[in-house]
Amino acid sequence: MSEAPRRDPRAEWILRNRLHPEHDVLVAAHSGPTRGPTGLLRKNPHAVGFIGPQGIKRIDRSAGLSGGASGLSSGARGRSASTEVELPLHRVEHPDFYVAVVVDLVAGRLSSHDRDILGQARILAKGSEEQGAVVAVALGEAREANFEAAGADRLVSLTELQGQSLSGYCPEHKLAVLEAVEAELSPRFWLFPDSIHGGADLGSRLAARLGERPAVHAWKVDAQQTVCRGGSQLTDWHRPTARVLLLAEECALPVDETRHEARPIELASIPEVSALIEDLGQVDVDPSKIALGEAEFILSAGNGIRDWDQFHAVATALGATEGASRVAVDDGHMPRNRQVGATGTWVTARVYVAIGISGAIQHLQGIGQCDKVVAINLDDSCDMIKRADLSVIGDSQAILGELLRLAEARQGGTGDAAIDLTEEARHVA
Amino acid sequence: MWPDSDLKVASLVSNGQHPKSGRSRRASQDARAVELALKMTGRAARVIHVGTGHRDSGLGQYLGMGLPEITLLNADENADAVPVLVDHLKGTDLDIVLTGIHAEQGEASGMVPYLLAEHLGWPLVSHIADIQKVEGGKAEVLQALPRGQRRLLRVPLPFIATVDNAAAEARQYAFGAARRGKLVDEVIDAPVDQARLEWESHPAKPRPKRLHVAKAKSAADRFKAATAKPQGQGGSVLRDGTDLEKATAIMDLLISEGVVR
Ligand SMILES: Cc1cc2nc3c(=O)[nH]c(=O)nc-3n(C[C@H](O)[C@H](O)[C@H](O)COP(=O)(O)OP(=O)(O)OC[C@H]3O[C@@H](n4cnc5c(N)ncnc54)[C@H](O)[C@@H]3O)c2cc1C
Repeated sequence: MSEAPRRDPRAEWILRNRLHPEHDVLVAAHSGPTRGPTGLLRKNPHAVGFIGPQGIKRIDRSAGLSGGASGLSSGARGRSASTEVELPLHRVEHPDFYVAVVVDLVAGRLSSHDRDILGQARILAKGSEEQGAVVAVALGEAREANFEAAGADRLVSLTELQGQSLSGYCPEHKLAVLEAVEAELSPRFWLFPDSIHGGADLGSRLAARLGERPAVHAWKVDAQQTVCRGGSQLTDWHRPTARVLLLAEECALPVDETRHEARPIELASIPEVSALIEDLGQVDVDPSKIALGEAEFILSAGNGIRDWDQFHAVATALGATEGASRVAVDDGHMPRNRQVGATGTWVTARVYVAIGISGAIQHLQGIGQCDKVVAINLDDSCDMIKRADLSVIGDSQAILGELLRLAEARQGGTGDAAIDLTEEARHVA
Repeated sequence: MWPDSDLKVASLVSNGQHPKSGRSRRASQDARAVELALKMTGRAARVIHVGTGHRDSGLGQYLGMGLPEITLLNADENADAVPVLVDHLKGTDLDIVLTGIHAEQGEASGMVPYLLAEHLGWPLVSHIADIQKVEGGKAEVLQALPRGQRRLLRVPLPFIATVDNAAAEARQYAFGAARRGKLVDEVIDAPVDQARLEWESHPAKPRPKRLHVAKAKSAADRFKAATAKPQGQGGSVLRDGTDLEKATAIMDLLISEGVVR
């Protein structure tokens, strides 16, 4: 067969005739750069764009990145909006030094604070002409924690140590792991999130053990100079960068342009720990005493609730804090301090269950920071369903009845008395 | 059960400042620590302060809570409190030392309790809300967790604990009690905190707010990012099935998220 490019008059005719049934397929196949008869690379200016509904030619210059009205050209565009872009892999084979990041892993996931710290670690790792590797230290169960995307070159991950699960409160065990990391890798910097989820506690312990003076609540860090916020947020301390850094939220931008290896590291040996502090487990707290703004699990009622006694019973059985839409409050079914939304409380719950709430924008604003939203509603076209991660279409009373039965069946034997908080339990650290 | 006369509890206090006016006052977390010590041991509660003693500063307000005296370890502003406290605490037979989490002035690193624990070899529990009981040389401590949750811990005496804002609010202080209370001076020799002298302190600059930057390759995408209504990625919708199935689906999600135990 000769390599000479040949014309295909039939194909050309179909390409000219946009009413031909095979037109779309051929356009799609021909839309890339083609070889002209002399072998030169040719672009076909007629192949771009598509014919809009009014019969006018339209050119979509978003290169297939936006999932707009695709029209006829959908086949011609190479990438569709949903395909994930593969980020370039950043590889560190022989690091000159390490930057250790101890992540909080709240509920097993990397928090936005954790990601910020990993972003800061990347800046510290690449600052000089040497090349450093970021070691993420994850103590406890990790679920859906994407360390590759968050920017970790190496990963030390332990879920238990000497028979002790690392998920509860066990600072002595965690400190032992960190000391083993120190002995093995001697990181140039130790980074912790300055958070109430344990990062600040562990960082302070490590700093005391290593005899380092940490930079606490640091918010602007480079390899030489650090700015830390002082007491009552009234002063900034400018100081040389310490080896142990407890970093504030939003200290740096998270990694979003590279992928990393997150290659696991096994620690050779961790010395025996004799722990003095015993964790007796979490205590049941009366959920109605938790301030709405910081409750973790909210059961919220709207105009679609008929049986209010049943709603309260379900909230008690599930151990949920009660919330309400404005209509429920205005009608006098719930107190004003339980109102969620623009004129009520902006909640931060991890799980928000909206029962009979239509999802007015004033209400949706208030639940903007919730992770998982569950909706129970009769109307499957309302805005709350669009926002929700799980929606159940049906009558609230019947579903709540079943939910109550399930919750009571689960409770069964465990009848721990909830401890009584004298006032609304606020936690401001 | 409280007050327990056998127990020796001390709280370490610092001068606070009002976050807006900067006016000197008792520090809120330290005052809660004093409150907890008062609850546990009554007027036998010991309170220790390192610094220059001024009755008109926050110290007077602690005395006004009904303390008979405060032990004052005289040191000037630039002194390092940790070696002083270590020396002092080694000479006492305390069971529990309570502190706040962060000071309200200066560096506010919150390292004092950690360094003391390290030097004395005592265990440290952070962010406590209450001490429920002390039995057989062990204390049951209620720790404050984020989102109003609580955890119970058991620690052997002696130990150090940092008191969270979730602990019981400090009682009102009274002028008369503040006058009657004594400041017991102790002359000590305090080393200067040399490292700190080399740092610069400035009034806090407001931190830049992080803007939501839409990383879009084209104008159309930027336009869309700027105008789109925030919406979920479209969750699953259960239309058919019995009420029991629907309720089970919800229950499964609650359990997998760990909010129903
Ligand atoms: C200035 C301003 C501020 C506002 N601020 C707030 C605010 O902070 N918070 C707030 O919540 N609102 C606020 N609103 C009110 C808001 O606009 C809505 O009116 C309100 O949120 C609607 O409440 P709802 O969803 O409970 O009621 P509705 O809109 O009446 O919705 C009831 C829903 O329940 C469903 N339903 C009915 N019966 C059943 C059943 N048996 N089983 C299951 N589902 C059923 C219906 O399909 C419907 O979707 C504000 C309004 C204004 C003007």
